[in-house]
Amino acid sequence: MSGQGAFAGALLTPEAPRPAHLSDPSGTRATRRFDVYRNNVTVALTEALAAAFPVVQRLVGEAYFAAMAREFAQAHPPRSPVMATYGADLPDWIERFPPLAALPYMPEVARIEQARREASQAADAAPLDPRALAGLPPEALAAAHLHPHPAVRVLRSHHPALAIWGRNADRPDLAQSPPGEVLVTRPGLAVKICAAPTGTAKTLQALAQGASLGAALPAGADPSAIFACLFGAGAFAQPGDPET
Amino acid sequence: MTIHSKHLALAGAVAAGLAQFAGAAHAQEQEKCYGVAMAGENGCAAGPGTTCAGTASVDYQGNAWTLVPAGTCAEIDLPAMADGAPRMGSLEPLMRDLPKG
Repeated sequence: MSGQGAFAGALLTPEAPRPAHLSDPSGTRATRRFDVYRNNVTVALTEALAAAFPVVQRLVGEAYFAAMAREFAQAHPPRSPVMATYGADLPDWIERFPPLAALPYMPEVARIEQARREASQAADAAPLDPRALAGLPPEALAAAHLHPHPAVRVLRSHHPALAIWGRNADRPDLAQSPPGEVLVTRPGLAVKICAAPTGTAKTLQALAQGASLGAALPAGADPSAIFACLFGAGAFAQPGDPET
Repeated sequence: MTIHSKHLALAGAVAAGLAQFAGAAHAQEQEKCYGVAMAGENGCAAGPGTTCAGTASVDYQGNAWTLVPAGTCAEIDLPAMADGAPRMGSLEPLMRDLPKG
């Protein structure tokens, strides 16, 4: 192993031997200094994950979260120095983390937190004022192309993940949300989250792929409910916005 | 369904969605709702980050509030009281669920 590889490998594994080639200014092996540095790296990564996934941390407890974060960091060391994006693959990792298999809602709660983070970091764009659609004749409406807002995310939950998230994120208005689709948007400066009717994800996906409004709605969905949800959440961007 | 009637159905759905949008536009306001916050999650009269935020020590504490979308306070589903009476959120401070001592 190269010197750099040994250094990186030992950084995230407290049990690993300290790299042999490091010395402190007096010329002796820098074992204690390396230990301090190694501890700081793990603590910094754990804190970055805790800042991004506060509800997961609350649900499993601080000590459990710290231990879990250490295992995650070993499997997924940061690939970018930008900590604001670190942990994007934590939800998938939690889904395969055997000790949490008895809590099947946990990956879904983590996905909600990740979607909120992505929405907050997405490009700004002015949301479409849906009243602009009110005057269009039916044929023009069916042929219209709407652009999903860059911050919009839709998740599908099989467990009441939004209710669990709401109860633990000071959003009692969401505490009775059923399992199903969850819409996350950020039309202005604040991230919005709400339960979405079945078919919302497919509708947005079809629109993003260029389908016209008339072709985007999946069979069996409730179009009125989907439009009310998407309009209310500011899920579409103003056409012609350079960011979209 | 013919193409034309499909288009009409779509236009109807968009109009229905818009009607709810117009209704929701002014419901974005928030209101203080007493008696619904979980322990440690209440807001503070002096604003977030000040010392009384998060000081509620029992769930649904009657004199602690949290911000909820305007118009939803009394509709939040809460577990019934120990004596079986329904527990409701309120725009005014409540005398129930107060910390003991």
